[in-house]
Amino acid sequence: MILTLLLLGTILWFIIIRGYPVLSWEFLTTGPREGMTSGGISPAIVGTFYLVIGSLLIACPLGIGCAIYLCEFNPPGLLVNVIRASINNLAGVPSVVFGLFGLAVFVKLFRFGVSILSGSLTLAILSLPLIISASQEALLAIPRSLREASLALGATRWQTIRHAVLPAAFPRILTGLILAVGRVSGETAPIMFTAATFYAPGYPHSIFSEVMALPYHIYGLMTEGLYPEKQIPIAYGCALILLILVLSVSSSAIVLRHRYRKTYGA
Amino acid sequence: MEPELPVRMQSLHVSFSYGEKKVLHDINLDIYQNRVTAIIGPSGCGKSTFIRLLNRMNDLIPDTRLEGQILLDGNDIYQPGVDPVEIRRKVGMVFQKPNPFPKTIFDNVAYGLVVKGVRDRCLIQNVVESCLKKSALWSEVKDRLHENALTLSGGQQQRLCIARCLAVEPEVVLFDEPCASLDPIATQRIEELIDELKKEYTIVIVTHNMQQAARVSDYTAFLLMGELVEFGHTEKVFTVPSSKKTEEYLAGKFG
Repeated sequence: MILTLLLLGTILWFIIIRGYPVLSWEFLTTGPREGMTSGGISPAIVGTFYLVIGSLLIACPLGIGCAIYLCEFNPPGLLVNVIRASINNLAGVPSVVFGLFGLAVFVKLFRFGVSILSGSLTLAILSLPLIISASQEALLAIPRSLREASLALGATRWQTIRHAVLPAAFPRILTGLILAVGRVSGETAPIMFTAATFYAPGYPHSIFSEVMALPYHIYGLMTEGLYPEKQIPIAYGCALILLILVLSVSSSAIVLRHRYRKTYGA
Repeated sequence: MEPELPVRMQSLHVSFSYGEKKVLHDINLDIYQNRVTAIIGPSGCGKSTFIRLLNRMNDLIPDTRLEGQILLDGNDIYQPGVDPVEIRRKVGMVFQKPNPFPKTIFDNVAYGLVVKGVRDRCLIQNVVESCLKKSALWSEVKDRLHENALTLSGGQQQRLCIARCLAVEPEVVLFDEPCASLDPIATQRIEELIDELKKEYTIVIVTHNMQQAARVSDYTAFLLMGELVEFGHTEKVFTVPSSKKTEEYLAGKFG
């Protein structure tokens, strides 16, 4: 326990010490200049934001829909087992494999190119197992009595899901979504071949633009370019921003779960 | 002798099984309009199963089989083509454990109207108020209609569930052991309420508690091991039961 805290603390301390000196308003709001050796990282922040939103827009309806189907419509047992096995396997696939899959299917086959769309789709597949299992747990936690109450009031099965089950399950589903955001925003490998670029002039202007993204920007700063002594501090600044983003997103999930417990005593 | 009232619901040769296990055997009984019919019997006798057949709540349980007919105003509610949603609007139900939605008090009562497609805010407001008054909850909640219903006490929650049920304007109201999880004072309030409600509604109540059946009901049905042992005027069932089994159960010899 203490060891874990110590480890986490060390990582934080290390990143903060190295990353803090480069932080400034300019660092957050301008693009890189002079061949990546100075300037800020705002296009990467914006790019990560677009990729996260894009992947959620795709994965949310799919994932929640899939969970609703599995929990509420009692599909035949064999089908459930097949779906469940696929979800578990999907969760175990290394993220770089998702990257290659995205490259082969979205970039090449569908001709979306290296773009926000391809990256979002790839990240959506990556986050799908997470969203499905979180939503499934949320739906299973809703007692049968709540569904019966709704049906006894003359609601159809679909109305029961829409007006009684989903609102009651919403806080838990939202917690799952936020954790998925944390996961997706930090992934590097899936966007490496599908969406990210080391340098893009300005901000992306359509879903078919390639983008800069925080995790890939760190990777790029550390492996490419000619002036490592100037790039490495920027990489640490970038890492600090990413860490702050991910941690604040996850802690908001914890706060949310806590508030949910207080309200519903579940 | 009071004149016989119209029969609202009828159970004709009803048998019911979960898979291979038959839990109700050939139940015949009439439910009279504006009267309270109590169904009593020991745990596991099938009384809850029976009352849930009256508004097709058992449809949700897979692998069950129903024989016989259940009539509402002379029409079989299990006939193919009958929409269970329509039946449940006419035959409302209050459950054993209070089960309000994790929504506001107002939204709980408005739920039935919203799913029915009513959009008129003014109408909804009137219905919510009148139903909360009918369920004797209005004075306690009128200043906190927009608080979460789960902040209410158990007895208040159960009266909220009754108000919610009345908002759909049912003709028959089923109570499945409505006081099982309530304290004596809350129980008394629910019983008074049932007495009040029978002026407007036809009521069926399942209860584990014989005194409660004696207090609130006009007719009593005694179920034992899935069979209807006795059915008649409550007074008669409790004073001069025609079956030895009923007498023994009422005397507390088993159950």
